Amino acid sequence: MSITQTLLRSPVLAALTSPHGVDRYLEQVNPMWAAHDVRARIVDVHREVDVPGHPPVVTLTLQPTRTWRGHTAGQHVRLGVEVPGGRRCTRVFTFSSPDSGPGDRFTITMRANPDGVVTRFLAAAPPGQVVHLSQAEGDFVLPYRVPDHLLMISGGSGITPVMSMLRSLQRRTHRGRVTFLHYARGPEQQIFAQELETVRRSGYGVDVHVLHTRAGDPYLSPAYLERLVPGYRDVLTYACGPARLMEAVRAAYDGSDRLRLEYFKTPTVATGDAEGDVSFSRSGTVAANTGATLLEQAEAAGLTPDYGCRMGICFTCTARKTEGTVRNVVTGAESALPDEDIQVCVNQPVGSCAVEL
Amino acid sequence: MPTTRTTTRTTTPSTHVTLTPGQVEEFGAELDALRTRLVESLGEEDAAYIRKVVKAQRAFEVAGRALFYLPPAWPLAVAALSISKILDNMEIGHNVMHGQYDWMGDPALNSRMYEWDTMCPSEQWKYSHNYIHHTYTNILGKDRDIGYGVLRMDEDQEWRSYYLGNPLYATLLMLFFEWGVLLHDLEIEEIAAGRRTWADTRHLHRGMIRKVRNQTLKDYVLFPALTGPFFLTTLVGNATANLVRNVWAFGIIFCGHFPAGVATFTEEETEDETRGRWYVRQLLGSANITGGRLFHVLTGNLSHQIEHHLFPDVPARRYPMIAPEVKAICEKYGLAYNTGPLSRQLGSVARKICRLALPGRRRTPDTVARLGAAA
Repeated sequence: MSITQTLLRSPVLAALTSPHGVDRYLEQVNPMWAAHDVRARIVDVHREVDVPGHPPVVTLTLQPTRTWRGHTAGQHVRLGVEVPGGRRCTRVFTFSSPDSGPGDRFTITMRANPDGVVTRFLAAAPPGQVVHLSQAEGDFVLPYRVPDHLLMISGGSGITPVMSMLRSLQRRTHRGRVTFLHYARGPEQQIFAQELETVRRSGYGVDVHVLHTRAGDPYLSPAYLERLVPGYRDVLTYACGPARLMEAVRAAYDGSDRLRLEYFKTPTVATGDAEGDVSFSRSGTVAANTGATLLEQAEAAGLTPDYGCRMGICFTCTARKTEGTVRNVVTGAESALPDEDIQVCVNQPVGSCAVEL
Repeated sequence: MPTTRTTTRTTTPSTHVTLTPGQVEEFGAELDALRTRLVESLGEEDAAYIRKVVKAQRAFEVAGRALFYLPPAWPLAVAALSISKILDNMEIGHNVMHGQYDWMGDPALNSRMYEWDTMCPSEQWKYSHNYIHHTYTNILGKDRDIGYGVLRMDEDQEWRSYYLGNPLYATLLMLFFEWGVLLHDLEIEEIAAGRRTWADTRHLHRGMIRKVRNQTLKDYVLFPALTGPFFLTTLVGNATANLVRNVWAFGIIFCGHFPAGVATFTEEETEDETRGRWYVRQLLGSANITGGRLFHVLTGNLSHQIEHHLFPDVPARRYPMIAPEVKAICEKYGLAYNTGPLSRQLGSVARKICRLALPGRRRTPDTVARLGAAA
């Protein structure tokens, strides 16, 4: 840690800037100065795939603040950005660049979802835009000692974490064998197509198989996997992609402990009133959605969450909704954003919903 | 036909109101509609505004701390630091902790994260203020902000000889307001009355001690020490800034619920309260202060106490904008909208503090209003 960082994190400075903290002053001068917070400047926005009529796939290059501790290939990061309307929205994105060290530049790759406020905004972000970051998170990473044979299965933009791994392995001059299996809609929508082609041709132990199921290539099945990698259930496998592919992979591995899966959380669409289940993740309780407010349902399930006014004014009961759609009983407004703070006393779940209670 | 009588025991016809339950709910529905419009229109301007206030607060704070190195600029330093603390506590702290800016998704402006530059830990204040005071506003026996357990601010608080000191206690509370706010949650008067034990307050101690330590260390040790030879002038300057903030906050806050004409309520008449009646109580239990734009900002827009109590979680900068509409709705239903210049509201509060020091439950035009239960 540099002298500046040591000074900025010193207890004396913390005491002087109490109760707000050093970062609340530094950010007023320069958003890239920080003692604890992690932020980054977007230095480049590159369109990987841009087919008319389909959402583009975009790679962002980010220059983080010195507080960034680096990442390991396969991990993800929570990125928050202020979108038009004055709201900061936070989403999870996967790194596409190989392992990064503290303060190093890195890239994330994402599909700019047409109804995704954040991805659409980022895809059109001007260079220089400042975003807020968590530290790198996630344990979908390669082991410290990489085995001789690895299998990577991905679909669509799920290629990102395994691409990050592949790039790291290449940089580390991994001597073992990698079977890289990827599913895409069609050749024109193939992310990292050129790089994969280069890797395939260079042939240093990496077997690249890019399949286009719409063009008649086989779907994933145990038989296909067995032909590709005999005894695949004993090979350390990393899989990431759409839910259907993940289900097929899970079925094919039949409980093997060599399988590592990565899921993405997406906003779930409301299924209608009082349907589905409400899960209270902190207590591990799940109950059928009765349509009552989340506070009432939590209490009915035997939980005792904090509350005050029970009418939406005091914010005592605020809790994080991690999944699902809720309707505010006062305003009637519905919200399907993942990882959103809501007042449980005035919000009722519409369909299945998960809250940290 | 059953009627809900909303009567003030007063001789002034303008505050005497009789509304049917239907009318009360209509009144509530109009306010709900206004609220919905407000919430839907929140956006960049509100975000830019609060960020601008935060920037100004930080600038005043840094300027104030720095100017202590220039002894001739001492009054300027104290002024800058006082403004910094006033902005931090009122327009930023109070309002952010109400969740007014939670929709922005910025942890630095989030009601669960914000900590303010005053002795009371935000967590404890939010309980007694956001929950107790804003839910049970002006209900005698429930809202501890009626006299803060120290003063007699309502005729229906039974007189005891202790209350002869009312003006003295009020003066002390004004001078040491941040300490008063800090100790509020201990409910010392309840402990003295034997209804609460010291052990009941154990969960508060650690937070209090930590916050007091941080605040004291910063204002009375570290910053004075940093100015070296000017240790004493800086220390006195910091204490003065805290005092200025104390007096200002006390004045504005006391004008919110204690001027003449503001109503209080009993627990019985607010049982099973509907949303409409809740709104009526918030309206009749609050009072505004008129003034200019800068004045409103320095009060944290609590000069619009009525609008704040109707919509406590709507950004306060909106209160002056909606005040004419709220007033018009009140006029339509013949409900009193209590407002006046600072001098008048303060004078009225001061007179009440002195008058209630003495016994007697003489009903004066400015005393108790009743929001009746359905007859």
